Amino acid sequence: MAESLTKAEESWLSKATAWPGQYWMLVVMWIRSSLAYPASFALMLLGSALVTGLDFVAVLLMFSHIETFGGFTLAEMGLLYGTASMTLGLADLVIGSIDRIGQRIRTGELDVWLIRPVSAFLQAAADNFALRRLGRPLQAGLVLVISVAALEIDWTVAKVLLLAVSLISGSVIFAAIFVLGGAFQFVSIDSAELANSFTYGGQQLTQYPLAIFGKDIVRAVTFVVPLAFVNYYPVLQVLGKPAPLGLPSWIGLLAPAVAVVMVALASLAWQAGLRRYRSTGS
Amino acid sequence: MGVYWAIAVRSFRRFSTYRIATLTGAFTNTVFGFIFCGVYLTLWELRPGLGGYDVSDALTFVWLQQGLLMPIGIFGASTTVELGERVRTGEIAVDLYRPTQLMLWWLSVDAGRAMFQLIARGGLPLLVGSLVFDLNFPSSAAQWVAVAAALVFGVVVSFGIRYLVALSGFWITDSRGVEHVAMVLSLFFSGTILPLVVFPGWIGEVARATPWAATLQVPIDVWLGRNPGGVGSALAFQLGWIVVLLAAGSLATVFATRKVVIQGG
Repeated sequence: MAESLTKAEESWLSKATAWPGQYWMLVVMWIRSSLAYPASFALMLLGSALVTGLDFVAVLLMFSHIETFGGFTLAEMGLLYGTASMTLGLADLVIGSIDRIGQRIRTGELDVWLIRPVSAFLQAAADNFALRRLGRPLQAGLVLVISVAALEIDWTVAKVLLLAVSLISGSVIFAAIFVLGGAFQFVSIDSAELANSFTYGGQQLTQYPLAIFGKDIVRAVTFVVPLAFVNYYPVLQVLGKPAPLGLPSWIGLLAPAVAVVMVALASLAWQAGLRRYRSTGS
Repeated sequence: MGVYWAIAVRSFRRFSTYRIATLTGAFTNTVFGFIFCGVYLTLWELRPGLGGYDVSDALTFVWLQQGLLMPIGIFGASTTVELGERVRTGEIAVDLYRPTQLMLWWLSVDAGRAMFQLIARGGLPLLVGSLVFDLNFPSSAAQWVAVAAALVFGVVVSFGIRYLVALSGFWITDSRGVEHVAMVLSLFFSGTILPLVVFPGWIGEVARATPWAATLQVPIDVWLGRNPGGVGSALAFQLGWIVVLLAAGSLATVFATRKVVIQGG
């Protein structure tokens, strides 16, 4: 009994260690195909950066009338926006294609994925990998760099580390939400846009100081859908601002733990969805 | 005329089959509506009367905007994207064979789509918004008529732009790059990222003169009764752009048709 468990674990482990290589292989294939038309690719990359960057342009336009927004200066807003857009952008780039799973189920292509020697999850994540989505993290990085330069913060190793780790854990939280949305499409094929409320909507929400939305929203994005851990709590700590709801100021340090929990939930949901899948069979 | 009506009715029916997609889409619009309400409440609390809007105008703007994004086709619409695809793949040759006018055909298709999305995607967010917030509604029958006219004009202006974008494929083979650029312009100048009344100085003046302003900002201002020059001049502004865009569309159709070479056959 114990031996078979170990074997199962071993085979799972060997599969999981093959994942990065397999994902990369699939992604490179899609990148090559998109680079076949370099001019069109450049236009779409630029277009993607511009479209996603408009959210910050709106903030800039608002600041032509105001000096602070919800207690945040323009540079501080830039830090919030940059982290929100960067984390969503990275998650969207790496795994955002998973929201096409509904289409794949409808057309029956998922059946083909299931008989290939690569996990269906990886194929869904790399499906139609769009390098042009790099546009969002690129513009977010630009806003982030300019905002950090404009901020007067006593940078310590701890603060730099906190910001860097929160960018990773924030991306993982968004990625987990993408997967949860994909898993839900096993239940309801046409619900691709539902996840948008939490991913793109989440970015829209977290680019602003969450306290302006009122205590109920802050509670909801702390305890129900933990979007506040994507960037808000870590950024509050970097800026030395108190956390809302009387939460301890070190709550931002919990972001990696929240990310781990979200990944576990997303993994369970995806497996449950895949088990539930019945081909149309025609 | 009968054929175009029939096309519009069928297009309406076609879009009405995607029920769950429509519902989840409306849900997403509603979530974004609440987010924008939080942002605008903060902004208008800091600067009451900003851009000539009071708080309730700003909140009404949010829910109308979220409801109108899809019907007007601010991000582009599946109908004109489909037209662009047909130009790219060459299927457009079939459309050109038909004893109908290309632009009117696609305008009918787009009208059916817009009508369905106006009812399904426009109504739900506004309903939720009006239950939670104190929103402004037109107060007289004349204003309702003006709103209806402004919405129809808004869709037609938007179609005029999207039709030209789709036909650009005749000259550059792939209209998707242009679609992206058109989306940036549409999001910025229509009042989607921020009401145009809040745009400062000359940026605001330029933005309010563009055709994109006629798609979203102007109809919403008609609803709010906040058009700077009154309802009449607002509708005239929209009509002006309709004339320009549809004339350009007809010209483009004529030139594009001459360009078409059908391979084989």
